[in-house]
Amino acid sequence: MSVEEDFPRGGIVDFDGLRRPVCLAYTPEAAVGDHVIVHVGFAISVVDEEEAARTLRVLRAMPDAIETELGS
Amino acid sequence: MKHLDEYRDPALARRLLGELRATATRPWTVMEVCGGQTHTIVRQGIDELLPAGMRMIHGPGCPVCVTPLEIIDKALAIAARPEVIFTSYGDMLRVPGTSGDLVGLKARGADVRVVYSPLDAVRIARENPEREVVFLAVGFETTAPANAMAVLDAAKTGVTNFSVLVSHVLVPPAITTLLEAPDNQVRAFLAAGHVCAVMGWTEYEPIADHYGVPIVVTGFEPLDLLEGILMAVRQLETGRAVVENQYVRAVRRTGNTAARDAVAQVFRVTDRKWRGIGEIPASGLALDPAFAGFDADRRFATGDIVTRESPACIAGEILRGTRLPTDCQAYGTACTPRTPLGAPMVSSEGTCAAFHNAGRGLELR
Amino acid sequence: MTSPAGLAGPACPMPSAETERVLLGHGSGGQLMTELLTDVITAELGTGEPLEDAAVVGVGGVDTVFTTDGFVVTPRFFPGGDIGSLAVHGTINDLAMRGAIPVALSLAYIIEEGLPIAELRRITRSAAAAAAAAGVEIATGDTKVVGRGAADGLYVTTTGIGLRPEGARPSAAGGRPGDVVVLSGPIGLHGTAILSAREGLGFEAEIASDSRPLHRLVAAMLAAGGTGVHTLRDPTRGGLASALNELASASGTGIEITEADVPVPRPVAAACELLGLDPMHVANEGCLLGLLAPESARDVLRAMRALPEGVDATVIGEVTDGPAGRVSARTLIGSTRIVDVLIGEQLPRIC
Repeated sequence: MSVEEDFPRGGIVDFDGLRRPVCLAYTPEAAVGDHVIVHVGFAISVVDEEEAARTLRVLRAMPDAIETELGS
Repeated sequence: MKHLDEYRDPALARRLLGELRATATRPWTVMEVCGGQTHTIVRQGIDELLPAGMRMIHGPGCPVCVTPLEIIDKALAIAARPEVIFTSYGDMLRVPGTSGDLVGLKARGADVRVVYSPLDAVRIARENPEREVVFLAVGFETTAPANAMAVLDAAKTGVTNFSVLVSHVLVPPAITTLLEAPDNQVRAFLAAGHVCAVMGWTEYEPIADHYGVPIVVTGFEPLDLLEGILMAVRQLETGRAVVENQYVRAVRRTGNTAARDAVAQVFRVTDRKWRGIGEIPASGLALDPAFAGFDADRRFATGDIVTRESPACIAGEILRGTRLPTDCQAYGTACTPRTPLGAPMVSSEGTCAAFHNAGRGLELR
Repeated sequence: MTSPAGLAGPACPMPSAETERVLLGHGSGGQLMTELLTDVITAELGTGEPLEDAAVVGVGGVDTVFTTDGFVVTPRFFPGGDIGSLAVHGTINDLAMRGAIPVALSLAYIIEEGLPIAELRRITRSAAAAAAAAGVEIATGDTKVVGRGAADGLYVTTTGIGLRPEGARPSAAGGRPGDVVVLSGPIGLHGTAILSAREGLGFEAEIASDSRPLHRLVAAMLAAGGTGVHTLRDPTRGGLASALNELASASGTGIEITEADVPVPRPVAAACELLGLDPMHVANEGCLLGLLAPESARDVLRAMRALPEGVDATVIGEVTDGPAGRVSARTLIGSTRIVDVLIGEQLPRIC
């Protein structure tokens, strides 16, 4: 993400190789390089990388089920 | 994409399903409120993998579905005016009004344009000063800050040929209405992560407490949903009923203060009719009188609109979760995504369209 | 309660479903277009099902393949091509899907008054270069000019003829239960490149259209697999989902694919995520689907991967014995769902 000075506060968000101007007025704390959640052209939340990593750690710590039990 | 791919990992999905099966001892019924979550659940077939007897009810969280017929008819009346450029999110274009939809109106010459963001509509207004640009401002709390900013932007930069036709809805009053219904079967809710990213979850705490229902703030990816369901079931199994947050990477308890402030500045809470459900007190947002100049409803005085719903459509019961699309006589026959009778068949987030697109129950027709 | 049949009556107006006018969605390769073709076009022409990309006509005892295609793309220039090269590639590919070697093309323009000559020159040069690169001659053509407002800049129509070698009989109806479903490359690039080049949505992507000729790939497939190449189809408008559904219907079979095996480039996935589109509905101009006899599949795949346009060729599923016309996908998390066709226009979703 890069920031452009404008009203409303705007920036360019890179969605995996796809870029679009996004309004950052609601995420004043967002800085270049942050991941943001975008809804209809507005960043509504800055992703908390530590919490994201923690969620995945919890999931990965779960015991694996037996595949046949799930019919897969 | 970062923060998306990880949450679609099939091996982790299998672990969550295993854990869910090990945890659930009863056939719990859980409602996901948001249409985006319904879309993931049906598209990935998550509900088909749940423990036997456990049910997901798809709630009234599709903005396209619950926008009242009067608003669609007003949109059609305004869009038909020659001076108007009518702008909307794409999926509102095929919502059936009493006589036709915006796609059909466009084919008959109306200037109807799809925009990705309401700020794009303001830009179109700026570029076309001789025209009247109207934006159909629908959606839940997630979309309200964007629409608020469009109005603030137009006001600040002196764009006077821009107005909004507002039909915003709010989630907590809808949940309360569902819980008050005598035939309610929902035992726990997955609250919409993006709504809570804006609003936080403090509004849900008294609901969980008063009605004794677990409410889990949940994201939109398959693993988010499975974890949200698991968290709800764990509460149900242990007799707890509190608000928990699965979507910790994006949602904080008090939400997004800047966004809430903008919404509070531009809108005020109002009673709102929900298509298929009826009027719910204090369940919507309307423009604050200070911004009345941007109200398309006033600007174009659409007057008396006579609306008529298809009598065969059971959208109301589907949106309340008391019946399934496959219970509807018209589902897959008179009513298809090609010829929708009711709004839940229009948006791919709508329960009926999600069912139809996944081929549910069609072999019987 | 009113009977479903009564819903269409004048007493109770059917709310949606514009039936009297052509909608933009009638041209998007989905269900609306199929309806328009069967209910209006072929009904009035008195011809059969409009299933194939090109017709095979016997001329002097030789299988001659014949096709025509109109191009109305906006914008006319996009990353990876322009309306001129696209028109040449599209027609070559329609011939190739019937196993033909393209021989000659015609090129017809309908030009709106006011089009810059330099632009017409650039598009024509691009068409000529595309034809030369494919080894096909543009042998004839036509040019018409209409008044301002009567057309959107430039419409291009290309007609092509090709010759089909002995033995090759790929047809939309050729799929058999047990056939291997192969896809020659990643999906969604053309549609996403067009979206990113179009004003209004404000996207910018580092991707180019996959527009390219596929006749050499087809020739290599036929050389390796012969009559084991049952069916070929380039999934253009309506995307992979619509093409699979058409093939399943035409063959009277089912098709089952594995979603995780369908290659979706990251920017395509991102665009679809943002706009609420399904990558399987997004248009392609440079990949093909093949239904292959299982005993031929290994050799055909090897031949495909030896060419640049087939280097990413991969197996995505299998033809099943039914129900006829049913396309299903194994989802990422191991459930199954139906792969539906696009209805009309692709309309971005709200979230």
